[in-house]
Amino acid sequence: MSEHQGVSQKRWGHLRKVLERPGPFSHPDFEPSSEILDFIMTTCKLLVIGAGGLGCELLKDLALMGFKQIHVIDMDTIELSNLNRQFLFRQEDIGSSKAEVAASFINRKVKGCQVTPHFCKIQDYDETFYRQFHLVVCGLDSIVARRWINGMLISLLNYEDGTLDQTSIIPMIDGGTEGFKGHARVILPGVSACIDCTLDLYPPQITYPLCTIANTPRLPEHCIEYVKIIQWPKENPWGSLIDGDDPQHILWIYEKSLERSTQFNIVGVTYRLVQGVVKNIIPAVASTNAVIAAMCATEVFKLATSCCVPLNNYLVFNDVDGIYTYTFEAEKKENCLACSQIPQTLLIQDPEQMKLKNLLDVFCESAAYQMKNPGLTTYINGKNKTLYISTIKNIEEKTRENLTKTLLELGLQDGSEIMVADLTSPNVLSVRLKFASKNVDT
Amino acid sequence: MSSPSPKSPEQSEKSRKYDRQLRLWGDHGQKLLEGSKICLINATALGTEILKSLVLPGIGAFTIVDGEKVTEEDVGCNFFLDETHIGMSRAQAATESLLELNRDVRGDYIDDFPDHVMLHTQDFFNNFNVIIATALPEKVLMPLSKQLWSANIPFLVCRSVGFLGYVRLQIKEHTVIETHPDNETPDLQLDRPWPSLMEHLEQVDVSNFGTKERSHVPALTILYHYLQQFKSENGGLLPKTHAEKDKLRNIIRNSLPSENDILEENYEQAVKFVNVCVNCTCVPNHIQKILDDELCINLTFESSPFWVMCAALREMVQSEGALPIRGSLPDMAADTASFISLQQLYMRQAHSQMESLYRRAVQISRSLGQSTDAITEAEAKLFCKHASELHVFRGKCIADEYQSNSPSASLHLEDPESLMFYYVILRGLESFIDEYNAYPGQYDDHVEPDVLKLKTLIGKLLTEWGCPTVAISDDRVHEVCRYGGAELHSVSAVLAGCTAHETIKLITHQFKPINNTFIYDAITSTSATFVL
Repeated sequence: MSEHQGVSQKRWGHLRKVLERPGPFSHPDFEPSSEILDFIMTTCKLLVIGAGGLGCELLKDLALMGFKQIHVIDMDTIELSNLNRQFLFRQEDIGSSKAEVAASFINRKVKGCQVTPHFCKIQDYDETFYRQFHLVVCGLDSIVARRWINGMLISLLNYEDGTLDQTSIIPMIDGGTEGFKGHARVILPGVSACIDCTLDLYPPQITYPLCTIANTPRLPEHCIEYVKIIQWPKENPWGSLIDGDDPQHILWIYEKSLERSTQFNIVGVTYRLVQGVVKNIIPAVASTNAVIAAMCATEVFKLATSCCVPLNNYLVFNDVDGIYTYTFEAEKKENCLACSQIPQTLLIQDPEQMKLKNLLDVFCESAAYQMKNPGLTTYINGKNKTLYISTIKNIEEKTRENLTKTLLELGLQDGSEIMVADLTSPNVLSVRLKFASKNVDT
Repeated sequence: MSSPSPKSPEQSEKSRKYDRQLRLWGDHGQKLLEGSKICLINATALGTEILKSLVLPGIGAFTIVDGEKVTEEDVGCNFFLDETHIGMSRAQAATESLLELNRDVRGDYIDDFPDHVMLHTQDFFNNFNVIIATALPEKVLMPLSKQLWSANIPFLVCRSVGFLGYVRLQIKEHTVIETHPDNETPDLQLDRPWPSLMEHLEQVDVSNFGTKERSHVPALTILYHYLQQFKSENGGLLPKTHAEKDKLRNIIRNSLPSENDILEENYEQAVKFVNVCVNCTCVPNHIQKILDDELCINLTFESSPFWVMCAALREMVQSEGALPIRGSLPDMAADTASFISLQQLYMRQAHSQMESLYRRAVQISRSLGQSTDAITEAEAKLFCKHASELHVFRGKCIADEYQSNSPSASLHLEDPESLMFYYVILRGLESFIDEYNAYPGQYDDHVEPDVLKLKTLIGKLLTEWGCPTVAISDDRVHEVCRYGGAELHSVSAVLAGCTAHETIKLITHQFKPINNTFIYDAITSTSATFVL
């Protein structure tokens, strides 16, 4: 027993030096002791979201920074194109769950580490699951998923008489990469800027106007989008939706796009480009993932041990031209959809003309909401009324006719409250309509 | 039905595996990577993490040189070493684990210390494309730095201690064709249209267009038309000042027929182009500097294809007065035919200039007596396309830096915001290791005495450089002694990712490497780069 302890004392000698000795630059609350290492090894429970490029690195980094109670959640299975960076996976793992393979690899390699895999969507779990963690680390490529977990952690906050109960805060460390660029940020839900506070930092996805695609294509991408959006549904060669992972599907789109581009004298349609456009592929490389994940893991270590003041609160990284980092404090948005306590109001300029589908467009397209397929309900005369929900088939059919009705026709008034449910949050957003007053001639 | 197309090389297993990175450095970058041989000195956590991010994308081969045996502490911070390796050769254990990452990569090891290797096989380190060293003692660093400097082999020296990291690149000369700049301004050369472009643009009379025709004409054609109008009203000169550009923008805006109320998308684009696209086409300073470089002017049989092509480019610039045109156009709202015909004009012009540069380069190469295939068409094409973003990097020898009595480090020390103090601390740390054969603070009961010893060593360095010894605060010295040589995995992993990418830059000759010292402070999550 004592010999075994001796071994582990030596093994973690690196960590013990920074945790058991005082330092002039540590957090004011830091009191060096062996209890800190005990805490991160036995008590501290982490959740890693995503077992992909960042996730694999995060699991390794955290395991070697002494953390032992780690859960990892990922709904994806391993593909060949993951192997250039997701180093916990091998050729023979293709098709298996990322979370499961990653967890068992770490558990085998780092003795004593207990990674628990969850092969599912983050939306499959509720508050009771998320409440058990001390910290959450995200290695995601999806903004929707980031917003969802952000919303979840905010819903776990406890306010007593308007004051935030500090013990209900679960810090979220978020990393992201694209090619040679990346970011790492620390979010203290309810305290510092959250994902929704900084929605404008995410560039909108490139979309091409339909009339360009159909009538005046100029780029190879226009030809590919044409085949994807117009030709596939029309000819439907396999009687199914496009599967970006099916090489036959990609080949068909490639050939048709090439035909169309030849017809218009457009050069540059290649198989690789077709694949990129159809699957919306983001370039990725091992080195950037290693950097960003390690920066996130360092922040987790700081937050869990108080050995240093954590990053406040956003770092951007780019190593195309030399190596560049920049840190800044992203600001909390006063009327943030997700983390502010302020009721949301939406100004309706022309309630007599505005139709429900226009309102839906506002939720989807305006920079402040950026929702995916919001479902809307309201109360009219104290009774719950469903305005429109697209995600459930029979409700969609029943409520479709509301789309072309004006807000007034639907019985909505100045001050009416609309409940909006969307993929981007586990919480229902309540929005109060404010009708612009008619110009009164004075 | 379309004829069955031949199986594209893009669908091979290798292309699919490397797809996400091929989109960044292309098949030609990958080919260089797969042909490369990398040497790592010391399989510390930092060292193996660097190799990990090189083995995964598929370098050709690596060799690890390390005379240490695996310790329990290694296992605590190095993912590629586990309990079963304790007592084994660290080079061997790390090599075996790293090889599991990618079956396309070969790897071997030498279970010996780098200074012994240098003694026994003098030119051993000259057989690699890049040498990477971690935790290298100063007494080995000095001769190795000199040797690699004279052999012109890129050398990356890294160190990770506690929350502090350092990467230093030593390379005599490094040339880059594809730097992948972030924001490229379109290369339209509207101030000097070649005859076929001029003919094409002048046959379109934008001012007489109806609504439908207006919506079909590309911004470039609109811009050219009103630029001519501006020039005829302004003594044939291009708009230069902000006010003049505003005038041109207003001419374009005012072309809107009275019955329309919003300016069309293509006209808006033309307005936007005014700022960056109507400038006088000239050779940018950084390119002119390359063309005036001694290596460009005084070619020899030994000259690399890069410099031969630069000489060809120089000739071309002298006769044409400008760099070859890039040949690509940004997308512009327009109908297909108008856009494509413009695009083809630019492509053809670029192609003929490329041919001309290629012919000149081949001629120069032959006149130097180089082999007939020294210049390839593919390379000339790439060079021509990226002629405005070429980059030449000249570095400095580490041994010279260490032996200098007035290093440029001292210049930065006066700036309280600068991370330069870390460099001084690291230099002190290296002196400490050389003198006491241990890290300062390595043993729990030695921290305080080591603080004093390290302070003395740092003071000595500062005095040699003529800097005030107060430049480094006691707290900083104390902090590094607190680390006691601890290697924190996540700090090493940040540095390793950076170093791996620097290595890829050196091998692929794409992107700009660091110049030349990178310092990372994980306490504040900040970094800085210094030229030393």
